[in-house]
Amino acid sequence: MLEVRGLTKIFGGLRALDGAALEVAEGSIAALIGPNGAGKTTLFAALTGFVVPDSGSVRFLGQDVTGRRPHAICRQGMVRTFQLTQPFARLTVRENIMVGAYLHTAERALAAEHAEAVARRVGMGELLDRTAAGLTVAARKRMELARALATQPRLLLLDEVMAGLNPSEIGELMPLVRAIRDSGVTVFLIEHVMQAVMSLAERVHVLSYGRVIAQGTPREVAADPRVVEAYLGRGAAQRLAGGAHA
Amino acid sequence: MSRLSPGIVSPLILLGAVLLYPLVFRSNFAVNLGVLVLFLTVLGQSWNIAGGFAGQLSFGHAVFFGVGAYASSILQLKLGAQPWLGLPAAALAGALVGTLIAALSFHAGLRGSYFALITLAFAEAFRILANAVGFTGGGVGLLVPLKPGFASFQLERIGFYYLIAALAAVSVGVAIWLTRSRFGARLAAIRENEDAARALGIDTFREKVKVMALSGALAGAGGCFYAQYFLYIDPSVAFGVDKSVEMLLVAMIGGAGTVYGPLIGAFLLTLIGESTRELTEAQGLSLILYGALLILIIGFLPNGLIDLLRWRRRRA
Amino acid sequence: MDATILGAAAINGLLLGGSYALVAVGLTLIYGVLHIINFAHGSLLMLAMYGVYFLLTKAHVDPYAALPAMIAAMFAAGYILYRALIGRFSHGRDENILLITLGLSIVLENAALFFFKGDSLNISVAYSDRMIELGPALVPLPKLVSFLASLVLCGALALFIRRTDLGKAIRAVAKERHGARLVGIDVERVFAISYGIGIACLGAAACLLMPSFYVSPTVGHLFVIVAFTIVVLGGMGSFVGALVGALIIGLTESLSGLFLGEALGQIGISAIFILILLFRPTGLFSR
Repeated sequence: MLEVRGLTKIFGGLRALDGAALEVAEGSIAALIGPNGAGKTTLFAALTGFVVPDSGSVRFLGQDVTGRRPHAICRQGMVRTFQLTQPFARLTVRENIMVGAYLHTAERALAAEHAEAVARRVGMGELLDRTAAGLTVAARKRMELARALATQPRLLLLDEVMAGLNPSEIGELMPLVRAIRDSGVTVFLIEHVMQAVMSLAERVHVLSYGRVIAQGTPREVAADPRVVEAYLGRGAAQRLAGGAHA
Repeated sequence: MSRLSPGIVSPLILLGAVLLYPLVFRSNFAVNLGVLVLFLTVLGQSWNIAGGFAGQLSFGHAVFFGVGAYASSILQLKLGAQPWLGLPAAALAGALVGTLIAALSFHAGLRGSYFALITLAFAEAFRILANAVGFTGGGVGLLVPLKPGFASFQLERIGFYYLIAALAAVSVGVAIWLTRSRFGARLAAIRENEDAARALGIDTFREKVKVMALSGALAGAGGCFYAQYFLYIDPSVAFGVDKSVEMLLVAMIGGAGTVYGPLIGAFLLTLIGESTRELTEAQGLSLILYGALLILIIGFLPNGLIDLLRWRRRRA
Repeated sequence: MDATILGAAAINGLLLGGSYALVAVGLTLIYGVLHIINFAHGSLLMLAMYGVYFLLTKAHVDPYAALPAMIAAMFAAGYILYRALIGRFSHGRDENILLITLGLSIVLENAALFFFKGDSLNISVAYSDRMIELGPALVPLPKLVSFLASLVLCGALALFIRRTDLGKAIRAVAKERHGARLVGIDVERVFAISYGIGIACLGAAACLLMPSFYVSPTVGHLFVIVAFTIVVLGGMGSFVGALVGALIIGLTESLSGLFLGEALGQIGISAIFILILLFRPTGLFSR
């Protein structure tokens, strides 16, 4: 469903993305992990048109979408959420989600209905009339998720949707992500919360210094010495292997 | 829509009051006052649509007003057209200039303060051009010759009143439509967070250009009305900073982003204007008060005076 | 086009630019540190110019001699304005600051209109009419003094920002306000001081401009567009940019007046402003 080849983006002297390449299969849950500064959010930005890559290609559903503008990519079916939530602060939760719903209908009543349904799916039914500005972090993350879902995407890019949540909130969000996938939406997540990555993802891609250095099942990737080194530094894998447990 | 819904006043009652007003208060002074309030409502609503609903703060909105005033006057005076044609022509001119300025500015990615600045520059540029060019009458301006009669678009005062009331109703109708439509919802999204709006499939460039065209059309129509009612325009009246500021103040003080905010603002500003004129001959007092009001409102009532009138508040 | 006329216009333009420099430097400093566009800049200059006018006509203080007093007074005015009004009422939102400074300019301008009426006022000092020969041009002495003094004051300000501790704190806040807060810098105080310095520049500019200019309640309008054009042209927050931009704009104003005549000449500045905003909004010397 998503094919990324040789994606490169240079900011000033910094190679944020350096020939990154990966594939995401339809109907799967895939994860993108890597140490801070690896370029994960830049990758998402490049996929969704917020950043135009200097070279490389992004193919979505068989079409080349490299460098297209964000709204066009959203209309094709690839939607992202933001690492720092971007609510429409003075609008209510319902109105926020309706903005997403309006992608497929021009009728206010229909958009409202759809928004309410999505809100209930993510467990925000009680909060529909609240103003977005007054929500907790966890609620804002859910709303951002709901808003993206309301656009009826084929591929949902979640940027650290678990960040800032406590364990019980994470525990509630995980089955939701699975349910979203089960309803036919492919999910690609950037995550630091390893518990989520390990139990949700079928395939994990590891990004370091703008390149994909490893990919595979969560277990394969966890055991990969290159991955250990990316997180813990050169020689760490050997030292750990020499020690008791990794 | 929390910030945008009409609130407690039923539009029909209001419409009725507006229609009955000149029949009850028949003096020239009273009707003129009514005309001024409704005229400012149209201008304020024009700014409100772009600045309040879509969040594109413009400091040079007079450019659309002026273009409409000149378009209709030149059409009539220099090209001999039927004066009533001036109204659609002015609206069209305003829409075209709105589209042009918006397309240029938003294509260049200008937002926030930079957008405010460029609108200021455009208004100033038009003022200078109108001052320097022959067919606009230059600095002397244009005088619409007095030819009373419906055909020459010079009505009795009460006729003008009902005309501007119709324009004001249209402007309020547009605002109400914005609160209930997809277009309005998208503008609100753009206002609150443009990047999030783009991520959700909104072509923000196109929507912003559309709203500026709409806003320009309304202001242009207001300009035509002004020229016909006051029978005189010149570059500083048409394109001056004073006019731009007035349009902004009416909307911001009354309540930007609300349907009736501009009406409240127009009412208050006209009231203050008339009262200060009674108090003192010296110029400027009313504007001192407006400026102070603007500051106070930003500081204490960011939603404008309309917040004072809302006794049904939303839970935060 | 005669070479001497052209040369004279160019020289006058550069001198004019020098006078604009101080105004622009203050604006760019305020933007660089507070990231706000001070719409009240023009009307505060107008206020300062009235100050110089009254100091001369009522207290017989020569404009140049009034420099220290005006600089101090305008610094205080700016500091207080920031503390009491701008900092407090804006609730940190950019669009609010925009509107508050606009409101302030409306109040100041119309207060001037109310109290001083709409007339243009001129001052006349002993050296107002002295002319100096500068190549092909015959320039009024005050204009030359203004140019030189402007450059000196800009240089002094640049030194202050570079060398003193307060200057370093200002630069720190300009670059990274959260970081500055973390290392213990009182960011709000730096904001107020920076705003004060920006307005103090207007006090100096007023003293230098009055001998060869006029003051009226609306004179601020003229300077606003000019100052903004310079600052955007030079790059918001760039000192050097403000200086170079001021000279370029002064030249433009002079030359377009020469080629396009008085009425149309003014469009040169608006045109540059629009073009810069559309094609290179970060300016010539962007950070």
